[in-house]
Amino acid sequence: MAPVSLEKINKVYENGFHAVHDLSLDIADGEFMVLVGPSGCGKTTALRMVAGLEDITSGILRIGGKEANDETPKQRDIAMVFQNYALYPHMTVAQNIGFALKLRHLPKDELNAKVKDAADILGLTDWLDRKPGQLSGGQRQRVAMGRAIVREPSVFLMDEPLSNLDAKLRVQMRAEVQRIQRRIGVSTIYVTHDQVEAMTMGDRVTVLRDGRLQQVGTPQYLYDNPDNIFVAAFIGSPSMNLYDATLGEGARSVKIGSQEVDLPESVVLARPALRGYAGKKLVVGLRPEHLPAESADTTGPKLVGEVELVEALGSEQVVHFTIDANRVLAEGAVDKDEAAAVKHGEGVARVAAKTPVKPGDKLTFAVSIEDMKFFDEATGAAIRE
Amino acid sequence: MRFVFSPPAAEAAGLLTLPFDEPLEEWQDERLIEISQAGLSRHVVRFVADGGVLYALKSISERLARREYRVLRALAELNVPAVEVVGIVVDRGPDLDAILVTRFLEYSTTYRALFSSPRVGQPTDRLLDALVELLVRLHLSGFFWGDCSLSNTLFRYDAGTLAAYLVDTETSEQHPALSDGQRQLDIELAMERTGGELLDLEAGGLLPAGVDPLSFGEELSGRYEALWDELTREEKLRPQEQRYRIAERLRRLNALGFDADELELISTPDGNKLRIRTKVAAAGQHSTQLFRQTGISADEHQARRLLNDIASFRGYLEQKSDQPVSETVAAHRWLEEVYDPVVAKIPVRLRGRLAPPEIFHEILEHRWYLSEQAGHDVGTTAAAQSYFDTVLPYVPEPLTTVTEGLPGEAGS
Repeated sequence: MAPVSLEKINKVYENGFHAVHDLSLDIADGEFMVLVGPSGCGKTTALRMVAGLEDITSGILRIGGKEANDETPKQRDIAMVFQNYALYPHMTVAQNIGFALKLRHLPKDELNAKVKDAADILGLTDWLDRKPGQLSGGQRQRVAMGRAIVREPSVFLMDEPLSNLDAKLRVQMRAEVQRIQRRIGVSTIYVTHDQVEAMTMGDRVTVLRDGRLQQVGTPQYLYDNPDNIFVAAFIGSPSMNLYDATLGEGARSVKIGSQEVDLPESVVLARPALRGYAGKKLVVGLRPEHLPAESADTTGPKLVGEVELVEALGSEQVVHFTIDANRVLAEGAVDKDEAAAVKHGEGVARVAAKTPVKPGDKLTFAVSIEDMKFFDEATGAAIRE
Repeated sequence: MRFVFSPPAAEAAGLLTLPFDEPLEEWQDERLIEISQAGLSRHVVRFVADGGVLYALKSISERLARREYRVLRALAELNVPAVEVVGIVVDRGPDLDAILVTRFLEYSTTYRALFSSPRVGQPTDRLLDALVELLVRLHLSGFFWGDCSLSNTLFRYDAGTLAAYLVDTETSEQHPALSDGQRQLDIELAMERTGGELLDLEAGGLLPAGVDPLSFGEELSGRYEALWDELTREEKLRPQEQRYRIAERLRRLNALGFDADELELISTPDGNKLRIRTKVAAAGQHSTQLFRQTGISADEHQARRLLNDIASFRGYLEQKSDQPVSETVAAHRWLEEVYDPVVAKIPVRLRGRLAPPEIFHEILEHRWYLSEQAGHDVGTTAAAQSYFDTVLPYVPEPLTTVTEGLPGEAGS
């Protein structure tokens, strides 16, 4: 087990493409760190530099406190867990887990002990004498993980290991991978493009875009305190509603399209920098759950939208609505097809399952004003302090 | 449903009538064929014969199918031996993966078939050489395989050697050039996976005595390093030996089936340093020459053997006529008077067991043995008849006509 530290790491390819810019990151011993971002954000390149598959152009990589820039992949004592694995049909589960150790000429007693320990962690003890053909899809995946576990590496590196699985098995394996990682306590760097996977699995999540670090923190911290519009839009599903707006004089209200929402003093006290934006344009953000449906005569801060679509999930309803404001789309945070489908002023709200609502309705949403986010229109940075 | 293919693929049009809106594993179609002793696969793979051509169909996510389609096309452009991709089928219906369609490699065989065939003896050495050469070719072309294994490779007999072809490129990546780390990881993965495959054969009682699964990977790594070094190492040259040493190095590269893409001579105080950027040769030089002279398509070692026979035949013609015979005339007459008549005599029931150039090569070998025994040259016609009677019937059936084995376990 070993901590991993990246200090101002850069990757510039021979053709001049700068894939990773000054990436600094500390992964604590035993931590599960997820690197997430859209395609081309540099997450896989960063992982490959840690693995030794890509040369580091500049910066320092340390594994277990030791500089590792010039070490071979083998010397780094890491285990890559890939999406592809092969189970051998004539070999038992025990042989499938332990064969790589056999190839390394590990003494039999030691090999058996390691396989037994791994099977215990994986919940496969009762299946050790079975053949792969007798296993479920989930158990087969666990056997594949067993191969990495028995090697007892200092660091696990996982590059979209679940992307080939069907949706059901993927959800099941997310929990499995997390449970197993906690149990063995090996520092893990996990790459995914799926923010839901990132949020549900990581102790901490690193968001990357265009090779640059956007933010690193616990999933909840990122969700509650995005540093910029990109993180705000990328983290969370459905995505945060982001609109162009104008802050009123004295920062006592904010105008979103034609609707004006009053801001209590507490909002400005919590974000003193907002005063500097009085009378100026900015971007406001509201999570779907911070827009509950309200009766039309509510006295608190509210927004009225026209309902376009209702998705009934049983426990709640996801209401797609429009208002007469410009919806802000963070480039790269959602895929192009999805972005093209977003209508002018479109928003999403989570409302109670029993709220009577149908397409075409004018619906009033209470605005959870303390949860409203504010961003600089030009830089996209969060306005907080 | 959408069928994306790379033209010309007119002969694949018949595939459009297959039941693509059903899960591949549930298909019932008279064109389906089972492959014996196939490699291991994580996906459902089935084989279809249509219009005299055999296709491999693999069910796989659309993302991977599109990627594999792209990679296989790139490999073809770079002359890396790999299966030929025909197309992909996407939008097949709810919950149905895409299907990647490749043309099954004619006259090919698998490692499992090779290990179970008493005819070829112990194939370990030839398997290793073929796999290592394929891996080196990939690496020189900037491809990281990511899943180098015997299951992901098909083999063809090539005049006493084996030629390896890449089958599965799900994990492959193309880079401008590979880093040492990428190459090392590919070798490590190859060592582990081939070792696993042989241990699996051993566990199933299918590995011949004398094959050591534990040393196969180590041997693979050693041979890879030796070949890589031969093809890419820098050499120090003294000025007076420069010309012949460069020529000698290029000759060795060509003999191994590679070309020099760029030569760089760097002056140093100790002499000139020769740096060679090696590339995969456009096609084997012997294959190209044979095709140009006769229109016969053969693998490299087969082609060399057949060209040698053409040269002997030319000598015989010149001796007989007592005048020079051009290479073109000799090749034309050899085709008409020697090769075609022999190939025409292959018994119909035994056709398809080996490629015709391989059969011709084996007849030449057989002729040598018979002539040694007889103490005089028995001639090609007699050797061919003896070969058809005593050798070819014992060559295993082609993989595609035996009906044992599970289609879902087939490699592709």
